[in-house]
Amino acid sequence: MSILVYIEHADGAIKKTSLEAVSYATALAEKEGKEVVAVALGTIDQGALAKAGSAGAAKVLQVEDDKLNAGIIQAHANVVAQAFEKVGADTLVLAKSSLGDAVAARLTIKLKAGLVSNVVALPETDGGYKVKRSIYTGKAFAYSEITTANKILAVKKNAVALKADGADASVEKLEVTLSDSDFAAKITSTDKATDEISLPEADIVVSGGRGMKGPENWNLIEDLAKAMGAATGCSKPVSDSGWRPHHEHVGQTGVKVAPSLYVAVGISGAIQHLAGVNASKYIVVINKDPEAPFFKAADYGIVGDAFEVLPKLTEAVKAIK
Amino acid sequence: MKILVCITHVPDTTSKIQFTDNNTQFDKTGVQFIIGPYDDYALARAVELRDQTGGSLTVLNVGEAETEPTLRKALAIGADEAIRVNAFPSDSLFVANQIAHYATEGGYDLILMGRESIDFNGGMVHGMVAEMLGMPSISPVMKLDLEGETAKLAREIEGGKEYLEVNLPFVAGCQEPIAEWKIPNMRGIMSARTKPLNVVEAVSEDAATKTISYELPPAKGAVKLIDKDNVEELVQLLQNEAKVL
Repeated sequence: MSILVYIEHADGAIKKTSLEAVSYATALAEKEGKEVVAVALGTIDQGALAKAGSAGAAKVLQVEDDKLNAGIIQAHANVVAQAFEKVGADTLVLAKSSLGDAVAARLTIKLKAGLVSNVVALPETDGGYKVKRSIYTGKAFAYSEITTANKILAVKKNAVALKADGADASVEKLEVTLSDSDFAAKITSTDKATDEISLPEADIVVSGGRGMKGPENWNLIEDLAKAMGAATGCSKPVSDSGWRPHHEHVGQTGVKVAPSLYVAVGISGAIQHLAGVNASKYIVVINKDPEAPFFKAADYGIVGDAFEVLPKLTEAVKAIK
Repeated sequence: MKILVCITHVPDTTSKIQFTDNNTQFDKTGVQFIIGPYDDYALARAVELRDQTGGSLTVLNVGEAETEPTLRKALAIGADEAIRVNAFPSDSLFVANQIAHYATEGGYDLILMGRESIDFNGGMVHGMVAEMLGMPSISPVMKLDLEGETAKLAREIEGGKEYLEVNLPFVAGCQEPIAEWKIPNMRGIMSARTKPLNVVEAVSEDAATKTISYELPPAKGAVKLIDKDNVEELVQLLQNEAKVL
């Protein structure tokens, strides 16, 4: 039996979240005596795909078709279903992501598979197949049992230790059959910020709130982020006011981040914002209001004016780098 | 133009999450239930599209009698009729089965819902419904305009957005800023009382998962405050204590 991992790639490399999914599948495969096979869609260098081996994949199936470079949900789901049959898998593992979620949803029906999303630990298999998942936007966990033979596990980002000591995987081409109806939705263009650290995958995030007073002051946030090697985020009022683009909005209805370090500057810490950051390992809060609720959720705090603290902090970080 | 919007009935985003019965039941004590925030965006855009194109807007929830006030609120916001599938929404597949069955009978041009519910955060139901109905599915959608039979959409991807075109019918999971949330006005609230709210029975018992128990994360320790004139101490703590720099 095999465990199939659906991997995504960007800018010529496998995404970190997908390598986490491979690492998860590898640990699961060891437990269940199975083999890990990954499937990748679209144009990418074979050498880059072989790196799935570092996280434990034995083999990578590549479906090289230019039309699959774009994240056409139906087409991707159809390809992954064919790969699942081909390798005789009974479990599909993938990273929770914008595309991954959408593809996995269709696959539950195609593969008659029970799915658990936001998985944070390996399944417990003594009497049933019980999976721990994050629910209520990180405010709680649930143990859900999958009752079908085929299973899909969508792994929450930064919930799994990345395995990186494996040898390169072998890469094989996979031929699949696709029809026009798989491409019913047409992607006409993509608008993507380049040369920025991707917020959902970042290990450190620096976010600003209304306390930054306006978009013209964002250089202070960006300078600290640059010094720390961090992605930048913002609170909902900031993206609602158009100070920052929506894809930087961290919170209940925006991006949920799970970095090692989250630095919140001038954000009061409304419960809706906390819901987007509560999976962070460490939280630093900088706010001039000592009563800001965010301090209750923080590990470290500085009560002070962002305009004074940020330049000093940026210099102090630069000094140790 | 027939639009179906599926909504969840979920605890308000400010709710304290607690469990009872030896951590096997969600504790509803003192919890206010709302239309799922993402579903609320879908509903707001659906009201605009209905007003723009004419036609009808049906809102559907799979839930027990307690969800009816949430459906009435959706009627007050602007839906023309409400359907409650009378069943506990045990898992995504179960809910998707009910929606797909109802949607097949209704012949909808557009099926909208939130990108995910804010209780279980699965984000699966729209894709499942689309697969069952053989329709395209697009999520998370942050912009949706109609030009005749063609829809132009923007879908959020990591670090940006993707623009798409797709013909009706299709299913979309929605999020902000597809529309501004609509607050029901007095006229809406009055008319919602007399709009139809029909209860139908569940059609299938199929589910693929069941939730066994719940757990709360460990409590957070107290914050360590650092003097604003000594930021070097913070950097030192992040480097040597937290080991994150």
